[in-house]
Amino acid sequence: MPLVRNRRIVEDTWTHVADGEDIPLDAAVIVSAERWLSERASLVHRNAPVGVRLRNDRPLDDIAEDLFRFGVVALEFPAFKDGRAYTQARLLRERYRFDGEVRACGDVLRDQLLFMQRCGIDAFEIRKQADAEAFERAVNEISVFYQPAASGPQPVSAIRAGAVACWAY
Amino acid sequence: MYRYDEFDEGFVKERVSQFRDQVRRRLAGEITEDEFKPLRLMNGLYLQLHAYMLRVAIPYGTLSAVQMRRLAHIARRYDKGYGHFTTRQNIQYNWPTLVDTPDILDALADVEMHALQTSGNCIRNVTADPYAGVARDEIEDPRIYAEIIRQWSTLHPEFSFLPRKFKIAITGAEPDRAAVKLHDIGIALVRNSAGQTGFRIDVGGGQGRTPIVAPTIREFLPKQDLLAYLEAVLRVYNMLGRRDNIYKARIKILVQSEGAERFAALVEEEFARLRGGALDLPAGEIWRIRAYFAPPQYERLRDDPPELTGARDADAEFAAWLHANVAAHKEPGYAIVNISLKPPGGIPGDASADEMDAVADLAERYSLSEIRVTHEQNLTLPYVRQRELFELWLSLKIHGLATANIGHAGDIIACPGLDYCALANARSIPVAQEIGKRFADLKRQHDIGPLTVNISGCINACGHHHVANIGILGVEKNGEEFYQITLGGRADERAAIGRIVGPAMSFDAVPDAVEKIVNVYLARRESAAEHFVTAYARLGEGPFKEALYAAR
Repeated sequence: MPLVRNRRIVEDTWTHVADGEDIPLDAAVIVSAERWLSERASLVHRNAPVGVRLRNDRPLDDIAEDLFRFGVVALEFPAFKDGRAYTQARLLRERYRFDGEVRACGDVLRDQLLFMQRCGIDAFEIRKQADAEAFERAVNEISVFYQPAASGPQPVSAIRAGAVACWAY
Repeated sequence: MYRYDEFDEGFVKERVSQFRDQVRRRLAGEITEDEFKPLRLMNGLYLQLHAYMLRVAIPYGTLSAVQMRRLAHIARRYDKGYGHFTTRQNIQYNWPTLVDTPDILDALADVEMHALQTSGNCIRNVTADPYAGVARDEIEDPRIYAEIIRQWSTLHPEFSFLPRKFKIAITGAEPDRAAVKLHDIGIALVRNSAGQTGFRIDVGGGQGRTPIVAPTIREFLPKQDLLAYLEAVLRVYNMLGRRDNIYKARIKILVQSEGAERFAALVEEEFARLRGGALDLPAGEIWRIRAYFAPPQYERLRDDPPELTGARDADAEFAAWLHANVAAHKEPGYAIVNISLKPPGGIPGDASADEMDAVADLAERYSLSEIRVTHEQNLTLPYVRQRELFELWLSLKIHGLATANIGHAGDIIACPGLDYCALANARSIPVAQEIGKRFADLKRQHDIGPLTVNISGCINACGHHHVANIGILGVEKNGEEFYQITLGGRADERAAIGRIVGPAMSFDAVPDAVEKIVNVYLARRESAAEHFVTAYARLGEGPFKEALYAAR
């Protein structure tokens, strides 16, 4: 599955480790939030990078105080229709000020990419190769936004207000 | 009216190109129908029984004459020569083809229109009081806030994949002509004890299989907090709303399961963190939008000019139309004129391309080029000089648009039903037509007085039967259509859900049943001033039930 990070298809340096699987010692791994919480005592002493995968019905508060330890927070889209992780992404960026990688995984399709990016997601495990290749185009289809979000250009209301302010000078 | 600036114009064009490409990918087989579905739904395109259906947004029901003409053009060129105005103040076309839809959207974009968010599990097109800005009883013009909400909700990145659809309605007057208590969020402009204007927020109303009148979760919200508060409500819903069962996914179910008080507390907690941030609505932005809705240059006129009173005294038919279809305007010498799209035997809400053109012409001539769509599926001309009412009425008559039944028995709300809809269990339109014919005599309708009769072809309740004084619900039993009757519902500021009066009946029995109900009312009312719904509240269902079922 192709990974897009910083708008480019890149090699994934992180490994998803399923619950019950052994965690490799020197690789960068993404573990579930459940596993992180149950094995926290040993995982905090790891030398290699660790990321966490969060179910979309799990409150961010559960991992809030450990966020600084994570290189990646992976958010799950079990079906593209299930939009809970958009809220989690915005909260991570806007409320918890998480500045590591926020990654979308699961049912990630081309027509969600712009929404995800605006919610602060910056890495995408995209299901189809063609969608990954169309990334740049997909996130540039719309350039006018009507509401503040986690990232992206200012909303038009702010641009309009700015334009009025400049003009007033 | 709101006018697009370069940002809005650029945005709508980009959105059409994006959709054009999505359609191309679908036709090329690059995406599955399942993947395409939410994309087309976000552009108002449904797959119905026989064909695609395109629902075009008419933001808060406001149209210019130019836009109305464009809707007529689309009806002629891409449909079978008509369109259907809906209970959410939109218009839908029942026969477009998939390949044509990007061109239709381009044709709409040229006149500052679109089909964005008229379906799908997103924040839908916002609706408002059709008398906004001209109502005599208004606290403040709700269109200003409807437009602000329209913009904020457009392609909202966080709320485009909600558990279920999400409908917001706003009114600026105490008499509720927008049915705000029957929406996911209902907003009413109110004045607090300090004399400030703000919003009352009701959340979790709706119809469908679980009809609920929305509880108020905030009595007074300052204006600058509107978007932060809405975002808090949506965020709580997006995270906690049920996604395991489509019938339990609306916000009303969440509000009921949490309890209104606890739900309100969750919203307040989120709101406390959002308020004062980037969503804060500065007074400057409110003023900027308000300028678009500034009142027109009214002429200084007096009420009841001789042109009006003379014609009224001379022509009883005109007088009856005035009584039923014309409402008080806030400006002396002006009137609000309703155009009924419910001629006896017609299809409620349908308008032919010629009728749309005629309304556009009349709006240009008599109503400062502006038209409103009501949630009862009628049209409104908001700026008519009283001295021209008679002339306007004569023109409306020529086009068959002067049916004087607004708010009366013939003014039936009906969903498309089994004639079009993939979800329906029973026909709605033919029931409406039969009842319409039965009550075709306007004198009788006016004698009966204000009465709402609504028909839904299935429990999804698109025909608003739950909130009708007399509601009719189509159900299916062993492959046959039956109709259940509810009584006592209302959609106004005293919103109530009607109660089922007894066992369902056959298609043929429905017009008789409505007639029997009306006859009980006529026989038992205290006077003509006691309207049906008031008499029902006093009498209870007993006498009606007896009239309907005793002889069986």
